[in-house]
Amino acid sequence: MPPSPHFPPPDDMCLAIPGKLLEITDDGHGVRMGRANFGGIVKQVCLEYTPEVVTGDYILVHVGFALSKVDEEEAARTYKLLEEMEQLGELDAPEPESVPPDWKT
Amino acid sequence: MKFLDEYRNEDLAKKIVAEIHNIVTQPWVLMEVCGGQTHTIVKYGIDHLLPAQVELVHGPGCPVCVTSLEMIDKAHAIARRPDVIFCSFGDMLRVPGSDSDLLILKSRGADVRVVYSPIDCLKIARANPDKKVVFFAIGFETTAPANAMAVWQAARQGIKNFSVLVSHVLVPPAMAAILESPLNRVQGFLGPGHVCTVMGYHEYEPLAERYRVPIVITGFEPLDLLQGTLMTVRQLEKGTHEVENQYPRVVQREGNAVAQDLVKKVFEVCDRKWRGVGMIPASGYTLREEFAAHNAERIFDVAEINTAESDICISGQVLRGVKKPHDCPAFGKQCTPDHPLGATMVSAEGACAAYYAYGRHLQMEQPVGVGA
Repeated sequence: MPPSPHFPPPDDMCLAIPGKLLEITDDGHGVRMGRANFGGIVKQVCLEYTPEVVTGDYILVHVGFALSKVDEEEAARTYKLLEEMEQLGELDAPEPESVPPDWKT
Repeated sequence: MKFLDEYRNEDLAKKIVAEIHNIVTQPWVLMEVCGGQTHTIVKYGIDHLLPAQVELVHGPGCPVCVTSLEMIDKAHAIARRPDVIFCSFGDMLRVPGSDSDLLILKSRGADVRVVYSPIDCLKIARANPDKKVVFFAIGFETTAPANAMAVWQAARQGIKNFSVLVSHVLVPPAMAAILESPLNRVQGFLGPGHVCTVMGYHEYEPLAERYRVPIVITGFEPLDLLQGTLMTVRQLEKGTHEVENQYPRVVQREGNAVAQDLVKKVFEVCDRKWRGVGMIPASGYTLREEFAAHNAERIFDVAEINTAESDICISGQVLRGVKKPHDCPAFGKQCTPDHPLGATMVSAEGACAAYYAYGRHLQMEQPVGVGA
């Protein structure tokens, strides 16, 4: 079944998503701003809470505010742990239901 | 997109699912706290991939859902005023109050505007000096820094025609309320990753200790949720109750200190009524007295309004993880996203809306046993 047209709304306030910081600017009123690219969509982002970020960093953005820098080393470490996860137990485990075809959407 | 796509990898998901099947020896009930996590779980069918012993119940972390009807009616009373430009996040527009919603008010001539960020309201206020610009400041700790910054900047820049109607809520007191309930079934939590990006996770350590529940701070992608589930089940099977961080790529134990500082300068903790749940002590933020000039409740003197919820709706029990959407006789029948009866159908992040959007109401019509 296709998702309801209501869901998810394009301006869902609770999503926080990672974007790549393209540029650091000022809003003309002394507020540190920037532009970030979210998979092709470029939006204005307030950088007041992430004084450490520089152009090229990935930042986690929620309602127009960067809340943290995405730690690429931690991301790689977590991912490697998952990839290397011990598979011996799999032989005894029941076959889980197959992963839905739209998993990668 | 980088940092999203790789966390949807099917092969890795199968590995984690297999590991969960492998380690589980008895039934466990886990709660994911955030509406965004519920959304991912239902969208990807994660709950159907888990062993039958591992039950996920859905938590109260949908800020739109838990905003009290009284506060929504106050918002509508303010939005109706001809001297007001009422600004809101888009997902509040359809939320029904006692007799209307913001979209209906807009169609009747109210100046209701959707903003992406509260800081956009400052531009609107500057451009409309003869109007009072009000922002509906709802949300959990994740949204508090944005709303705090809008108020702080309005004060700093002397933007006198900007105010906020604050209905902020806090996660840890809600988790404590769930755990204190005699009906509680939750034995472990997938903690709120983005709330902890701001606040850190040290404030969850006393909860884990006091109630002896494992809390795993978890992200929002399918692999995050599966890994968070695995970590929680591992702790339950071992009998430990620690706070662990599944989401270290954005969450640090101390959180974002710069954001916390400004939130503390602008807001103070208050008692807060949650829709469907009731009053929870010290579970919200309200503006500090020094920002009273930007407090819409003061400026517009909106009186307390008596409100009544649907008597069929079980959203309060859904929000506390006691029941699931398909336990409700109205789910998918009288109650749909177009005609929501209660909190959890109202917002896209509500558990009932998520179940509906991904066809769970259709599965109910199949002869397979569904429901608790």
